[in-house]
Amino acid sequence: MSRNLYDLLGLLSSVAFILALKGLSSPKGARRGNLIGAAGAGIATFIVFFYKPEGEGLKNLPLILVALLIGVAFGVPAARMVQMTQMPQMVALFNGVGGGAAALVAIVEYLNLGESASTLAVIATVFTVIVGCISFSGSVVTFLKLQELMTTRPVIFPGGRFVIAGTLVGILVNAGFVIGQGGNALLELLAVLSLLFGVLFVLPVGGADVPIVISLLNAFTGLTVAASGYVLENILLIVAGTLVGASGTILTRLMAAAMGRSLFGTLFGAFTAKATASSGEQEVRPVRSGSPDDVAILLNYARRVVIVPGYGLAVAQAQHTIREMADLLTAKGIDVAYGIHPVAGRMPGHMNVLLAEANVPYEQLVEMEEINPTFPQTDVALVVGANDVVNPAAKTTPGAPIYGMPILDVDQAANIIFLKRSMRPGFAGIENELLYDPKTTLLFGDAKASLTKVVSALKAL
Amino acid sequence: MSNGLALLAIFTLAVFVGFEVVSKVSTTLHTPLMSGANAIHGIILVGAILVAGGADGGLELILGLIAVVLATVNMIGGFVVTDRMLEMFKGKK
Repeated sequence: MSRNLYDLLGLLSSVAFILALKGLSSPKGARRGNLIGAAGAGIATFIVFFYKPEGEGLKNLPLILVALLIGVAFGVPAARMVQMTQMPQMVALFNGVGGGAAALVAIVEYLNLGESASTLAVIATVFTVIVGCISFSGSVVTFLKLQELMTTRPVIFPGGRFVIAGTLVGILVNAGFVIGQGGNALLELLAVLSLLFGVLFVLPVGGADVPIVISLLNAFTGLTVAASGYVLENILLIVAGTLVGASGTILTRLMAAAMGRSLFGTLFGAFTAKATASSGEQEVRPVRSGSPDDVAILLNYARRVVIVPGYGLAVAQAQHTIREMADLLTAKGIDVAYGIHPVAGRMPGHMNVLLAEANVPYEQLVEMEEINPTFPQTDVALVVGANDVVNPAAKTTPGAPIYGMPILDVDQAANIIFLKRSMRPGFAGIENELLYDPKTTLLFGDAKASLTKVVSALKAL
Repeated sequence: MSNGLALLAIFTLAVFVGFEVVSKVSTTLHTPLMSGANAIHGIILVGAILVAGGADGGLELILGLIAVVLATVNMIGGFVVTDRMLEMFKGKK
């Protein structure tokens, strides 16, 4: 296959990828778009076997095919069996292996570069090794956190900030040497330092900030692929990598904005966060806790109910039960909508996927900006497993860690119901004044168990 | 125009296309966007196959083959999981 034909087909695949992302502008065309993207990837993988760079074809063909089959044997079952609640860790894992693959490709490229390579190609290679390694180890730590194989709280150790800064300086200096004079041992050291940096930079990030980190690592992997494309002079890799880089960057910015924090503050916030003032006062204040029957009655006589799901819904796997409850209410002529905060859950759009799995029509999933003006006309706001995203401290308490974060204005609804496991504050560790509000009813327990009881109470009414 | 410059031009234009297309993605579909974008960067598989196919045995081949396995998991798994998710997004009947 000639170089021109190869590049032409590569261009076709690039267009397929653009169409795949374009399809996501509405749920209707999304699935078809993804299939077009998959077809593009299939074509690209197929034609590379017929590509003869310097007149000679690919060597080691049988081994490559075996490696491909091994990849399929791992990837397909994993993707088929993963539960929707585990999607964030799956995405983190796939992102990590992609970054790892890019880093390995760059290392081999480096070994092959030779004397004639342009400085720009060397820089691109070194960049891929660094960022690919960071993406790999960072994603693995994110996966471990999400799978709860390690603590989801920020891991902070004394002097951590200096260790991180030191590692970063080490990477940059080392990279300078690799670019300036070269050397395989230096490159290996660079890879090890980058892996270490990936671990160090994700460790202090807590569970609620994971949506930002996942998006950022996604952008990283995209950029490494683009840089690889530059070194391999492959148009498709450049376009595909850049698209992913753009998507990751946009998501990162959206997530940071939805938390009302700067990207820097999120990543390094754990180092600088001061002990919150509220932790001192431990007075016990009265709250109104209700029975499932009380909750059912409140819901039954409402005209409009807004459900605010949070990570607790995912943990309890209560998405099907909440939908059953919503169906019951809709059947009674009650207007039901879901208010979705952009950072509810552990990855961008997490709640939407969970509720879609439970067959909730996506028309009922309403974004924060659209649902907020409707809370004054809402009779009951039902908060399931969420806390920080409805905490008015984000507006009223300038010292609070979440101050400035846009929240769902459930405090404007006529009644508020919280389904919570305990009085423990949310991830940010601050008290939620709303829990003590006279119009708030608390129903303690696992979200799924509580909702099941509410459903049977509703049926009995 | 030199080859390197042409590649840089493609990169620059792709940045704009990427931002343009992704900024229109519906908020509801942010998770499929992530996993779809994930699948797309699995295309590093092409690079992995190229370096594995150019290796003369030894360390290069081993690293290249590992890269092929990882990239395949990334790409195939990414597309399958995205398809599963998008299948669930249905409107009102």
